[in-house]
Amino acid sequence: MIQVEGLTKFYGEHAAIRDLAFTIGQGEVIGFLGLNGAGKSTTLKILGCVLLPTSGRVVIDGHDVVSQSHEVRQRIGYLPDVPPVYEEMTVGEYLAYVARLRDVPAKATASHVGEAEEKTGLRDVHGEVISTLSHGYRQRVGLAQALVHKPSLLILDEPTSGLDPLQIVEMRDVIRGLKGAHTVLVSSHILPEISQTCDRLLIIHKGTLLAQGSEEELSRSLGGPSIMLEVRGDRARALEVLQGFGAVEVLEGTGGVLEMKVAAAPDLRPQVARAVVGAGLELLRLDANEGQLEALFLRLTHGQEVRA
Amino acid sequence: MKALLIARRELAGYLRTLSGYVILAILLAVNGLFFNAYALGGASKRSAEVLSGFFYYSSGFTIVAAILVSMRLLAEERQTGTLPLLYASPVRDRDIVLGKFLAGLAFLALYLLLTLYMPLLVLVNGKVSFGHVAAGYLGLLLLGSASLAVGTFGSSLAKNQLLAAIFSAVMLVALILCWLLARITEQPLSDVFSAMSLWNQHFPPFQAGLIHVRDVVYYLVVTYVALFAATRVLEARRWR
Repeated sequence: MIQVEGLTKFYGEHAAIRDLAFTIGQGEVIGFLGLNGAGKSTTLKILGCVLLPTSGRVVIDGHDVVSQSHEVRQRIGYLPDVPPVYEEMTVGEYLAYVARLRDVPAKATASHVGEAEEKTGLRDVHGEVISTLSHGYRQRVGLAQALVHKPSLLILDEPTSGLDPLQIVEMRDVIRGLKGAHTVLVSSHILPEISQTCDRLLIIHKGTLLAQGSEEELSRSLGGPSIMLEVRGDRARALEVLQGFGAVEVLEGTGGVLEMKVAAAPDLRPQVARAVVGAGLELLRLDANEGQLEALFLRLTHGQEVRA
Repeated sequence: MKALLIARRELAGYLRTLSGYVILAILLAVNGLFFNAYALGGASKRSAEVLSGFFYYSSGFTIVAAILVSMRLLAEERQTGTLPLLYASPVRDRDIVLGKFLAGLAFLALYLLLTLYMPLLVLVNGKVSFGHVAAGYLGLLLLGSASLAVGTFGSSLAKNQLLAAIFSAVMLVALILCWLLARITEQPLSDVFSAMSLWNQHFPPFQAGLIHVRDVVYYLVVTYVALFAATRVLEARRWR
C-alpha cells in the first residue's frame, strides 16, 4: 500500500526528516509515534501530497506522490493537525463540498455525507454552522472530511490533540471502527492513545525511524518481558536466589526493602515466589512486567538523546 | 469543473459573511457621493460628459473593490489552515486559482451591476447612448478583472489578508504609474511603459464609449499573466 524509501525533507538548513524508510500493508492501522518536532507532521504532509520531499520516494498504491500526485490524491484522505474547515458553512454543506471536490458523483454525494456523519457521530449537527461547534466536534468534522470520499488510505495527524479524556476515548473508538475499510496512518505524541488502536507502531525521533513493530515485538526487542519484585531481607541472599532465573537488576534498595527486576518469563512467577520464600526472605510484591510501552518509548527516545 | 465548484463555495462565503456586504455598501456609498459631487455637480454639462465622469470615478472604485475582494481569496485559506484541504484533494492548482478568481469576478460584477442606477439617473434628465454605457461597463469589468487577477497574485504571496491587500495595492499602483515612467524615459522604453500602464493608456477610450481591441487584449493579458503567476506561487508553496 505504502512504500517509503530514503525520504528526506530539509527546511532550509534544518533536516526535519532524514532517510526514512518503511512499508505499510493494505488494511493495516499504523501508529506514528514521536515527540513534538520529531518529524511526524512533515512525513504525513508528504504522504498527503501537501508538501514535496527534498529527496526520496513515496509510492502509494503504485503511484508516486511527486510525479503522480493527482492519482495519489484520489486515493487518500488527509486530516492535518488543524482541521481544515470553512467556518461559515454548515457541517452538511461542508462535507458535500469536500465530497464533490474529491470526485464523488453528484448523485452519490448525499449518501456519502450521511455515511461519513454516521461513522463520526455528526448526525445531530448536520445543519449546524461549523463556527458554532466545539473543538471536539470540529475535530470530528475534520475526520469526516478525510473519509467522506471513502479513500483507501486515511492519514490522520494527531486527531486526538486538544480533546478531553472522554472525547479521546470516542475518537479512538471511531478510528478503531475504520479498521478493515481503510488503511489508517495515525500520529500522536501520546503513546497510550494509539497503542490500543494500532496494529503496528513506527517510532520516529529527530527525523529518523527508531523502531517499528507491534507493541509486543517492540518490547521483546528491547529486553523482553520481566518480573518485578519487592523483597525484604538480605540483599546478597536475594541476589543469589534470583540470579538462577535470569539477569537481576536492583532498582531501589532503601530501608531493607529491595525493588528488583528479573529478566525472566512472567510464567515463572510461582517458582520465583517459592524460591524467595524458601530462602527465608519476605515477599512484598510480585508482578509481571510485560514491557510497558510508555517506558519503552521514553527509553528509546531518551537513549537516542544520550547517544547523540 | 472543479474551478466552478470552488468559485461557488467562495462566492457563497462572500455573501454569507458580513464583510462582503460591508465592502459593497461602503463602496456604493462613496461612489454615489463622488457621482453626485463631481460627475453631476459644477456647471451644466452634456449627458455624455456626465457619463464619462461617472466611468472615470467608477474606474478608481473598481480597482479599490478588486483589492478588497481579492485580498481574502488565497491568503484566507492560508490563514485559517484550509489550504491543505485543497492541496490534498485531486484538484489542479490552476483550478484553485481560477475558481477563486471567478468568485471574485462574480462579486465584482455584482458591485458594478449595483452602480447601474447612476447612468440610469442621467437618463432621467438627459440623453444616454446605450453603446456608451455598455462600452464603459465593459471597460470597468476588464479593468476590474485585471486588478482582481493582480490581487489574486498578491493574495497568493501573503500570509494574511492585510499583507495581501498591501502587496496588491503596491503592484497595481506600480502598474498605474507606468505612464509617469513613460514620460521621463526615452524610446523604445517609453513605449513599453506606456503600453504597460494599467489606466492611462487603456481605460480612457472605454470611458469615452470606444472599444479598441488592443485595450481589451491588454486587460486580458494582464489577467492571464497574473493568474498564471498566482498558480506558480501556489505550486511553489508545496516546497515551503
